[in-house]
Amino acid sequence: MILKKSIAVSKSGFIFNPTTGDSYTVNQVAAEILELLKESKTLAEVKQEILQSYDVYEKSLDEDLHDFSAHLQQIVLAEYGKD
Amino acid sequence: MEKIKLTIAVSGLNAIDSPGPGIGVIRSLRDCQDFDLRIIGLSYEALEPGVYMHDVVDKSYQIPYPSSGSKELEIRLKYIHEKESLNVIIPTFDAELANFIKLVPILDKWGVACFMPNMEQLTALDKMHLADFGKEHGFDIPKTEFISSLSQVEEMEDEFDYPMVVKGKYYEAYIAKNKGQIESYFHKLNAKWGLPVVIQEFVNGTEIVIAGLGDGTGETMGAIPLRKLYITDKGKGWSGVVLEDEALIELTNKFVKASKWKGGFEIEIMRTDEGKFYIMEINPRFPAWIYTTAAAGQNLPAAMVKLALGEKIEPFTSYEAGKMFVRYSWDLITDISEFQEITTTGEL
Repeated sequence: MILKKSIAVSKSGFIFNPTTGDSYTVNQVAAEILELLKESKTLAEVKQEILQSYDVYEKSLDEDLHDFSAHLQQIVLAEYGKD
Repeated sequence: MEKIKLTIAVSGLNAIDSPGPGIGVIRSLRDCQDFDLRIIGLSYEALEPGVYMHDVVDKSYQIPYPSSGSKELEIRLKYIHEKESLNVIIPTFDAELANFIKLVPILDKWGVACFMPNMEQLTALDKMHLADFGKEHGFDIPKTEFISSLSQVEEMEDEFDYPMVVKGKYYEAYIAKNKGQIESYFHKLNAKWGLPVVIQEFVNGTEIVIAGLGDGTGETMGAIPLRKLYITDKGKGWSGVVLEDEALIELTNKFVKASKWKGGFEIEIMRTDEGKFYIMEINPRFPAWIYTTAAAGQNLPAAMVKLALGEKIEPFTSYEAGKMFVRYSWDLITDISEFQEITTTGEL
């Protein structure tokens, strides 16, 4: 999955899609995930970074990452690609 | 660099809930560091807020309503020009444009510059002819018909699915969900704007508007697309955000090339969920939110003044997406003596 290049993500968790004018707010962990995706990290790499930073069950993280990426694609902030 | 001293007359001072573009145009002009300006406001009503905004408009003159015709307008403009030595006039109302266009040769003789389309271009893009323009040049326009009597509604029902959009000849639009609503809107719009009433296919999607400037030869001098974030019950944008979408710029370039548009314009677009662009309307002048273009890096009104004065300028090539406007209302305090002056003398 690839986050669209034009998407702006702030550290406070505000997302702006300049193509559609839509904006969203996300929590701190989601903002971190988006930052990593903006750095062109794969979902597998994102998962490793989150596992290192947070005390979280791998299975639970897998499910959450899957849901989050599906949602990003649904609202056209991301598109299918590697991962 | 020395600033150019200019006296510019601008109309559309009605900064109300359904605002004219005048104040936005003036604010953009005042932002331009190349000009030393005296702004003359042209108003129709004594209570147009711009008349009382003395830090925006230096002096205001009432002008005759467009229905009075171009001769009345010429007489009034001659008087204003004799007093103010105008360099440029920027009309900003759809309904007044035809009269101003008729006066272009006279204004030219007086040495007053304008930058407007010709009558043929103006007519080709009005509500009555937009569908033909779209067909000729390959733009998607919602299916449109014109009705002059209620007996035609049944024919419309064969051609269109509900809901349908019912529009006035000049302004206003309603969404009709059944025959009864069409009839009710037909009467309302006929009483206000006359016949015919426009029936249009309903297109669902996101409303996008593009403000632009054409140089009259087919080149786009600048274009800023914007999505309205908050729309009032009158259908006016109360907030909007500048978008970044190359497809919208390409559409604008295609429109300017096809129409050889001269002057400012606004394209109203509906983007469907499938990403298809329908042109809903072309407004033959800058929109009320035009100051946002200056804030985003393309001061289109200032560029238009330079073109009007015969200056060679380069087209804008970039802008800042994400610039937003949020409109607000403000109680401007004046005195009855000012209202008295504009009412009795037609000047303030």
